[in-house]
Amino acid sequence: MVVMLRDKPFDPWRELVEYQDAHLARGTYGATASFVGTMRDFNEGASVERLFLEHYPGMTERELERIVDEESHRCELIDALAVHRVGGIEPGDPIVLVATWSAHRAAAFDACRAIMEALKSRAPFWKNEETVTGSRWVDWNTPG
Amino acid sequence: MTVTVKVFAHLRDRLGFSETTLELPDGGRVSDVWKAVSDEDEVPRHVLAAINLDYARPDSGVADGDEVAFFPPVTGG
Repeated sequence: MVVMLRDKPFDPWRELVEYQDAHLARGTYGATASFVGTMRDFNEGASVERLFLEHYPGMTERELERIVDEESHRCELIDALAVHRVGGIEPGDPIVLVATWSAHRAAAFDACRAIMEALKSRAPFWKNEETVTGSRWVDWNTPG
Repeated sequence: MTVTVKVFAHLRDRLGFSETTLELPDGGRVSDVWKAVSDEDEVPRHVLAAINLDYARPDSGVADGDEVAFFPPVTGG
């Protein structure tokens, strides 16, 4: 299980393949599920030009590790990877990657979704959006 | 006792600092730390708190040397 924060743009698909090649032996898993969250250029009725993603160094990593660990045990995953951006983000940039590996599909799907939902409600990140009328903090995450 | 207080996102804008050190009477709780930095008796429902990088509640006890953080609802992902 690995959790990473990145302060520069990253390619989630390359990240997934490189992690899989380095950490998972061929033939040991039967299912891989992944989720990629990407920055939109609109939110709450306004055009968003740029995003700054603030975090709480130390607590963010710890909470992400706890989430990935909890769901890995609950779903009996073989492995899991979570990568999350911090800092300045442009529309179209990937923000988050969650990938899960398990023997059968149900565990990989369930854990991938559960890690994302827990991350959204517990991991200390805050989005500040730059719009044409100035910058604003995002108050809440959408429910789904 | 001495505690370090960190605040994030729009709470930092509102309170006007990102990190400070406070002297408080021993036996204080998270709500006492909040009152010292905000002058509000109760921690508002939309303000989350942590002690030493773990989520805490307004009535959680604070010890000498602790790092107490306050922040708004999280919006990552």
